[in-house]
Amino acid sequence: MANKPLTLPEKVWRDHVVVPGKESDGQRSPDLLYIDLHLVHEVTSPQAFEGLRLAGRPVRRPDLTIATEDHNTPTLEIDKPIADPISRKQVDTLRANAKEFGVRIHSLGDADQGIVHVVGPQLGLTQPGMTVVCGDSHTSTHGAFGALAMGIGTSEVEHVLATQTLPLKPFKTMAITVNGSLRPGVSSKDIILAVIAEIGTGGGQGYVLEYRGSAIEELSMDARMTICNMSIEAGARAGMIAPDATTYEFIKGRPHAPQGEDWDAAVQYWDSLRTDDGAVFDAEVILDADTLDPFVTWGTNPGQGVSLNGAVPAPTDFTDDVARESAERALTYMDLEPGTRMKDIRVDTVFLGSCTNSRMEDLRAAAEILVGREKDPEIRMIVVPGSARVRLQAEAEGLDKVFKEFGAEWRFAGCSMCLGMNPDQLAPGERCASTSNRNFEGRQGKGGRTHLVSPVVAAATAIRGTLSAPADLLVSA
Amino acid sequence: MEPITTHTGVGVPLRQSNVDTDQIIPAVYLKRITKTGFEDALFSSWRKNQDFVLNQPAYKHGSVLVAGSDFGTGSSREHAVWALKDYGFRAVISSRFADIFYGNSAKQGLLAAKVAQPDVELIFKELENNPGTEVTVDLIHRTVRCGSVDTSFEIDNYTRWRLLEGLDDISLTLREESHVDAFEAKRPGFKPKTLPAKV
Repeated sequence: MANKPLTLPEKVWRDHVVVPGKESDGQRSPDLLYIDLHLVHEVTSPQAFEGLRLAGRPVRRPDLTIATEDHNTPTLEIDKPIADPISRKQVDTLRANAKEFGVRIHSLGDADQGIVHVVGPQLGLTQPGMTVVCGDSHTSTHGAFGALAMGIGTSEVEHVLATQTLPLKPFKTMAITVNGSLRPGVSSKDIILAVIAEIGTGGGQGYVLEYRGSAIEELSMDARMTICNMSIEAGARAGMIAPDATTYEFIKGRPHAPQGEDWDAAVQYWDSLRTDDGAVFDAEVILDADTLDPFVTWGTNPGQGVSLNGAVPAPTDFTDDVARESAERALTYMDLEPGTRMKDIRVDTVFLGSCTNSRMEDLRAAAEILVGREKDPEIRMIVVPGSARVRLQAEAEGLDKVFKEFGAEWRFAGCSMCLGMNPDQLAPGERCASTSNRNFEGRQGKGGRTHLVSPVVAAATAIRGTLSAPADLLVSA
Repeated sequence: MEPITTHTGVGVPLRQSNVDTDQIIPAVYLKRITKTGFEDALFSSWRKNQDFVLNQPAYKHGSVLVAGSDFGTGSSREHAVWALKDYGFRAVISSRFADIFYGNSAKQGLLAAKVAQPDVELIFKELENNPGTEVTVDLIHRTVRCGSVDTSFEIDNYTRWRLLEGLDDISLTLREESHVDAFEAKRPGFKPKTLPAKV
């Protein structure tokens, strides 16, 4: 008998069930799933290690665990002790815990330090068909490799450290099909912002998303990671893309990539990780890449986005009471008038970085626009590479010179201004075009106002001073 | 974890959707390495506004938070749950919770009760018309009562059982350790390991 056709998320789930859930009263208890890779950082782990210590439990699989420092770390003067004593203590605590429990750690100053979601793929540790978790909601990033990757809370971090498993209730599946091809100046960031605007911040709750279609297949791994990264902003704990030749090419030769016969065995398995013909998703959303414009947010959640060619909406545009109230509140916080053209909005700061857009392709795309052009004199631009290795590679390609000559600040790696746990923060009322993932109230600094954009829109904005697309530079040239 | 059966306490109406975890607890408070002592961090930015609901005397000692839809979106920080508990909240009512926040609540014994939006609106009205009104969240019968409102809430059997028994997930999983051993013995050899480190 032929097996039931399965979706990609269902296949990866099936291959990790240690103990299936039990049925009772028509409901099923969670499946116990095996975790292939556990990424650890300083913010969500101290209480988990403390829990282990109190219970006298070891880390079950240090060889499937890796730690780095990213959220708290400074992006200037990294050779000096961290200035904020509370941040320093948290980083020191991670170092001590890693030592005590035998966990590999890449600390500040190490070439493999950086944002945890940049480091995993860079080392070749993120591979298709794996289960990957981290105490960070943007773990969904790793789904770009066809891994089932999700953010977890600190109790779950402790659970994985102790058992290398997690009890999880099966998800529903949603296909996000993006047909056609992106036009020049439009990027994967615009795809995901458009998806979130379409389905809302709660639209993906309870689902694993699978992004598919020609526009997705044409994307590089860096661009695919940007899309999967923001699955959580649509409420989905995980987003996935089927592995293909692009995926294999990215992994091959990386430090932890399989080699020799292992590579062949791995590829044979990876080739099976595609949604079967006839498999049924619980929901589907279809988008057309051919007509997609650069996207930008106007409000205080990532679903409050609009085409960069559009205008700030009026609360009365929303028929739903909840959406209307949310829009009113957002416009007050953002200090925006309905009807204002998005391209007329002046910003103070441009932030290029975060686990969403701090990889080589992001830096190259921005640098290509900035080279030979002048920064708007009022704009402050900060460029924060995703990892120390990305920084080194960018310097090898001369990108640091492009940024510095343009007048941008070239920083060391970390989460930085995405959430302002280190000194990189917005001042109250400061307006920022940011390549990060969240435009929540106060996210980038108390009273700060965030517009989420792609790297090329960030670059064009730094030149013109107002939210701009690369195409606007040609008009004004 | 303390078992939960039923809780009665003053209801606090937070008439807002998409209350993200950056609002529940801003990132600056995440630098601590303890699991307690976050009561000052809860809604710290909003609490600076005198009109904020928790600054009104009738609601100050509330223990049941009633919020708009999509509560707890954004970051995975369990600190959001710790802060709510440290402040004194024992239950949160919303029509929809973000997945990670919902899971984190269950781990910490904070009762997250999914109530249909029209009933949430009725509870808002009860609490706003009669500030200080108590809300009862009954996990045994899966009901929420507040003034004249008497409704049910959604919770899956497994989560309910764990909360009622006050069970800790790690102990439950360790009972299955032989299955984990067996699974590990069959994992493909090509799966990567972090140790020894290769750079």
